[in-house]
Amino acid sequence: MTILDEPTAVWTAVCRLGDLAPERGAAALVGGEQVAIFRLVDGGVLAVQQHDPFSDAYVLSRGIVGSRAVEGVEVPTVASPMHKQVFDLRTGRCLDPAGKAPARGLPPDLRTWAARVRGDVVEIAVPA
Amino acid sequence: MSPSKHLVVVGGGMVAQRLVEALRDRDTAGTWRITVLAEEPRRPYDRVALTSYFSGRDAEDLALGDPGLWHDPLVTLVRDERVASVDRAARTVTTARGRVEAYDHLVLATGSSAWVPPIEGADLPGVFVYRTVDDVAALRGYVEELSQHRTVRGAVIGGGLLGLEAAGALQALGAQATVLQVGTHLMSTQIDLGGGEALRRLINQLGVGVRLNAATARIRPHRRGGVGRLDLADGGRLDADVVVIAAGVRPRDELARDGGLEIGPRGGVVVDDSCLTSDADISAVGEVACIQGACIGLVAPGYAMAEVTVDRLLGGRAEFPGADTATKLKLAGVDVASFGDAFGTTPGALEIVWADPVAGVYKKLVMSDDARTLLGGVLVGDASAYASLRPMLGRELPGDPAAFLLPEGTGGPPDLELPDDAGVCSCNNVSAGAVRGAVTEHRCTDLGAVKACTKAGTSCGSCLPLVKKLVTTELQKQGIAVSTALCEHFALSRAQLYDAVRVSGVRSFTEVVQRFGTRPDARGCDICKPAIGSILATTAPAHVLDGERAALQDTNDHVMANLQKDGSYSVVPRIPGGEVTPEGLIAIGAVAQDFGLYTKITGGQRIDMFGARIDQLPLIWQRLVDAGFESGHAYGKSLRTVKSCVGSTWCRFGVQDSVALAVLLELRYRGLRSPHKIKLGVSGCARECAEARGKDVGVIATDKGWNVYVGGNGGFTPRHAQLLAEDLDTETLIRTIDRFLLYYVRTADRLQRTAPWIGDVEGGLDGVRAVVMEDSLGIAADLDQQMAQHVLDYEDEWKATLEDPEKLRRFSSFVNAPEVADPSLAYVPERGQARPATADERAAALRGEPVLVAGTTLEVRS
Ligand SMILES: Cc1cc2nc3c(=O)[nH]c(=O)nc-3n(C[C@H](O)[C@H](O)[C@H](O)COP(=O)(O)OP(=O)(O)OC[C@H]3O[C@@H](n4cnc5c(N)ncnc54)[C@H](O)[C@@H]3O)c2cc1C
Repeated sequence: MTILDEPTAVWTAVCRLGDLAPERGAAALVGGEQVAIFRLVDGGVLAVQQHDPFSDAYVLSRGIVGSRAVEGVEVPTVASPMHKQVFDLRTGRCLDPAGKAPARGLPPDLRTWAARVRGDVVEIAVPA
Repeated sequence: MSPSKHLVVVGGGMVAQRLVEALRDRDTAGTWRITVLAEEPRRPYDRVALTSYFSGRDAEDLALGDPGLWHDPLVTLVRDERVASVDRAARTVTTARGRVEAYDHLVLATGSSAWVPPIEGADLPGVFVYRTVDDVAALRGYVEELSQHRTVRGAVIGGGLLGLEAAGALQALGAQATVLQVGTHLMSTQIDLGGGEALRRLINQLGVGVRLNAATARIRPHRRGGVGRLDLADGGRLDADVVVIAAGVRPRDELARDGGLEIGPRGGVVVDDSCLTSDADISAVGEVACIQGACIGLVAPGYAMAEVTVDRLLGGRAEFPGADTATKLKLAGVDVASFGDAFGTTPGALEIVWADPVAGVYKKLVMSDDARTLLGGVLVGDASAYASLRPMLGRELPGDPAAFLLPEGTGGPPDLELPDDAGVCSCNNVSAGAVRGAVTEHRCTDLGAVKACTKAGTSCGSCLPLVKKLVTTELQKQGIAVSTALCEHFALSRAQLYDAVRVSGVRSFTEVVQRFGTRPDARGCDICKPAIGSILATTAPAHVLDGERAALQDTNDHVMANLQKDGSYSVVPRIPGGEVTPEGLIAIGAVAQDFGLYTKITGGQRIDMFGARIDQLPLIWQRLVDAGFESGHAYGKSLRTVKSCVGSTWCRFGVQDSVALAVLLELRYRGLRSPHKIKLGVSGCARECAEARGKDVGVIATDKGWNVYVGGNGGFTPRHAQLLAEDLDTETLIRTIDRFLLYYVRTADRLQRTAPWIGDVEGGLDGVRAVVMEDSLGIAADLDQQMAQHVLDYEDEWKATLEDPEKLRRFSSFVNAPEVADPSLAYVPERGQARPATADERAAALRGEPVLVAGTTLEVRS
């Protein structure tokens, strides 16, 4: 564990980069929460909540990873495997609610975690 | 001036009445004097309305036309006077009572008699036919007499128009009624199987029993006399106090036979289009006439013949215009109509079907091969469109023919398009108007925006093709070009992309997007990635998890199981043709038991096991593979099942071994990735127990080989498959299906099933037939080769995954805690099995309330 710049979070090792397949997610248990971690084609890693606010199920790591042009920028995305809502993997913002409202009045956008690759190890920033 | 000629009419039925009426109307000069010799003891009456006799009307109420006709000095009606012979040479007729009438012209209007099949006991008291006022009066008397003592049980032999009317009449008399139909469905002369099925449900709802495939072997007397019971050919029995035989009619052509006139092959007096028999002094009209090759059991064509005859008698040149055989069942509470080419026998005819089994509605239009001209139709449960459609027979229907089939409530004939209040998305109750409004008022410019705006297609998604069509039409009206682009990453349609990929030989998504994508560095989306995964699966086969392929799959294909609402998966092993050994069943049962899975039999004759965690999938597969099972591809846009009936090995009626063929086909096409799921069915005889015509490819055995039907499906827009080819031997059959499937795989749109695809192929079904059977595009050898490669390359995806540790790593619950099971999964017991807990149940359990919620290991056996 390393101390982050902000003393409120710690970098937590989650797995090896080789444990993640390019453009597929994996679920991880981090600080008691389910996190979906995605490895992009360029080797970068992004993390959002595993819980899908629209279906109320813990499934987002199993969605299809892609990209969308948002204001001229190619944004990495994941589509919920349940009902195809599309989220920005960097910000967690819901880009397409696919005509639905989130379950139980939940916010449509996802929580994100900072993620990085140190050597061969994937790390997630966990609030202390 | 006194009349110069004498017309003698034999028979005083409906057509005779019309003839006399028309002749007296038009023969203003009074050339003809008319004598009608009628066997029945009453004036001509409305036989069509005979059943209303039971609802309190008496015989007089059935009178036809103006009674003054019979007081006309030029008309003589002799009742209760049966003609016994005709002397053509002397031009006289003689009645049974010895009355002789000389004629200048003779008209035979003797109608038909009820046909009584040669069944033992058909002559018992209590067995009736249903043709004349006297018949129904006797039936009424008998039932009324019996019902003073008990509830009368009635049976009607014959499930046609007449039999159903008779069953309704029995009910009106307070009797129970059961209809026995020899064939596979009710009203089989007028409507098809689908309509018959809907009709059966409606009839059942009226409280009338229906037995299909029920041939009566004999009628047994009761101890106290009269009829008591029916014995059926299949060994069944039916107690009955009264029996009505409505098994068909036979033309009363005896006078013509004795007189040596030409008789049709199945009876009836042969007449030409001027209604003249082989003797120019004798005409025949109505049901007794065999015109254009057949006797017609309906009154309207009889009236037409009466008019033709009158015109000829007065020197005109009228000809019979051809029969309108449209019919409508007259039974309160049951709306049935059939008109034109109701069975779609016209070459190339297309069938458009709308069925709502819940509401008991089945409607079908038969259209010409370009889907424009109305050729016929069947309407069951809601015949409101009958009035507006019937006049359109043989004409082009404006707009989409399907609009005429959508539910009533639009008032009057449908307009050119789907009416605004027609429901499009039944899940979210969205009307066509709302979809249009999304484009016109809310400025939506694509399907996604319309979905978000209206919610149409956001639940089950089955209406999306319809929504897309409405949106496209509306956008076009606004002058907005509509692209067939797959998504923002590809400007090509799926079919174009398939060709591009196949011809270029590219093998990975990255290559495809770089060469054919809109932006070379884009990474695709949930639309194009699975589509390309599916294309590559047939152009460059590889395991779904190989390299970059893994990133293209929907979660279902990725983990080779079906995602359920709570994030767990269901597992379906293949059971080819639905044939399974006891050992196999036990193995499946043991797996379900050991993993606590909910089990359900699927519609495709196999077993679905629900509630598996992602990390349990390999363990479950291992057990299944060890027991000899493999993936059933229930998750894939690929071949699902080949459903079969038990076939000739066991079935008394089977003519071919349907199970063997189904197994062969399922093993041949297993794993074939396609634009949408594909289902096949094989029936061992024409009874069609496998419901093969509800499948993308349906095979039905004939005594000469196999008939193959294509383009059927259930789901949101059920379609009956249409005949592609007849009497094929097994080898030709397989080659035909090979080509059909691959042609579909190559050219269909994404998520387009075979029925709409056939509609989109140039030339429709004929176009498909030309490609598949006659190789009109010169691609047959290529398709054959591609299928041979598919068969060669097939491997069980589950087994291949189990053998590859690298692939198995995808199946852990948590990448950093593989020993922890997903804590979010929670189940409650129901009917002895587990089901996902609802949000309320989870909340209650968290509050400490006594709700039994458990993880996937929930113990429900006890
Ligand atoms: C219950 C019922 C419901 C029906 N519903 C419909 C319907 O909804 N729509 C429809 O289009 N059609 C219906 N039909 C059929 C329709 O009634 C007949 O098509 C029509 O009556 C035929 O007219 P026809 O004059 O040719 O024969 P008929 O009406 O049968 O008249 C023939 C007459 O000739 C007499 N006759 C026979 N031989 C001799 C002889 N040798 N000497 C003297 N007289 C003789 C017979 O006794 C009979 O009275 C129905 C029939 C029945 C029984």
